[in-house]
Amino acid sequence: MANATSATGVPSPLVGEGQGGGDGRTLPVGIPPTPNPSPQGGGEPPGVAVGDLAIARAHRIAAAVVDPEIPVLTLEDLGVLRGVERRRQSIIVKLTPTYTGCPATQAIRLAVEAALAEAGMANARVETVLSPPWSTDEITETGRRKLQEYGIAPPARGARARSLFADETVACPKCGSTATAKISEFGSTACKALWRCQACAEPFDYFKCL
Amino acid sequence: MTVAPKARRAKRGTKPDANPPTEPERTALFNFVLSLADDALVLGHRLSQWSGRGPMLEEDIALSNLGLDLIGQARLLYAYAGEVEGKGRGEDDLAYLRDEFAYANLLLVEQPNGDFAATMVRHLLYAAFMHPYLHAMQTSADARLAEIAAKAVKEMAYHVRHAAEWVIRLGDGTEESHARVAAALEGLWMYTGELFEMTDDERGLVGKGIAVDRKALQPTWDATVARVLAEATLQRPAERWMQSGGRSGRHSEHLGHLLAEMQVLHRAHPGATW
Repeated sequence: MANATSATGVPSPLVGEGQGGGDGRTLPVGIPPTPNPSPQGGGEPPGVAVGDLAIARAHRIAAAVVDPEIPVLTLEDLGVLRGVERRRQSIIVKLTPTYTGCPATQAIRLAVEAALAEAGMANARVETVLSPPWSTDEITETGRRKLQEYGIAPPARGARARSLFADETVACPKCGSTATAKISEFGSTACKALWRCQACAEPFDYFKCL
Repeated sequence: MTVAPKARRAKRGTKPDANPPTEPERTALFNFVLSLADDALVLGHRLSQWSGRGPMLEEDIALSNLGLDLIGQARLLYAYAGEVEGKGRGEDDLAYLRDEFAYANLLLVEQPNGDFAATMVRHLLYAAFMHPYLHAMQTSADARLAEIAAKAVKEMAYHVRHAAEWVIRLGDGTEESHARVAAALEGLWMYTGELFEMTDDERGLVGKGIAVDRKALQPTWDATVARVLAEATLQRPAERWMQSGGRSGRHSEHLGHLLAEMQVLHRAHPGATW
């Protein structure tokens, strides 16, 4: 499903550009660029039974939407896409929020709705699911690698097992040293903590474990 | 593939009309969820008042983040309370269109921010209670409360840790910081009794496995607070008369001022959005 091409092998116009290449980065709510919007985009006419292909297509579109705050990550990388299902004539895209108060949650929802609408899928809508609660362990391996390359140290695994007052060891995403120190558990967004590397003296973001 | 009979049964059980609650049951649940939401919103709003005024940039961000978590939790709870009530009230109606006497939050969370020490002590006293509370509520017989708790408990762990670290640093810091944090602890202690009080509604819900027995969490709270205070070289305040009344809408003068500021925009421009 992570595949960036459609079933016909044609690159989907709605798939993000990975490393933030092109104009995609400048869009405020993470809607990937649509250089060539096609009027006959294969939208499902209302009243037609929802087929497996449509489900797969909606999944592919939603999975490729990028996080507005960490634009290198797609929703699939982030692990917030909880599936796509058919309900009568509708396609339901299920998303789970990361941090309860994260303002990006709303932006992500809108971006998914916009991407689906742009693809002509008028019968698709987004639903929020809370359970099971999202954990940073759901960020995929690809997602972790992208974070690292972007300069954000990926979260430690096994966040659920973390004890209340224990300290963590975090490797600097720039030089790899583990001689690092926490500056603050709260950073520029709800999902980031602020750390400093003592080896290369660079400050860096650490993805907060949840 | 065939669906296992057990799964099918479970699925049917989740339908809202499977076992409709009686009117008193619905009211009790509504009041209970609302009180948890009010706690989170009022404290979240208090923390938001620090935005742009934190003692340093990192802490300014931290306080805003803590506030954001609480407001996020409040939104989930208000949305659920509105559904339980079934009169079409949503989160904005419940947050912005109720007066102070209808608010059921703990007196502790409405206390003024004071200095940074007072804010951190208030937060420690609340979070050291809410962390085990949410942990226990994850197994609530009410599926919605259980899933809200499962999300919020992970955030609340950050709250306990952050507040504890600051109380320790200030208590075991300079003469000035020690005096301030000690004074805050003395001043706020009389509001901690309410953490362990239960309304009749709540007691009924504890019996049904929906709410958590507050009294049973006292040893856990005592242990967390004792551990932090010991490291902070602070004394646990002496036993005293405990202030009460928040759950029944009898508030200190501070809540009215807070609500006036928080609600004015929505009341002046009903339904305003941006």
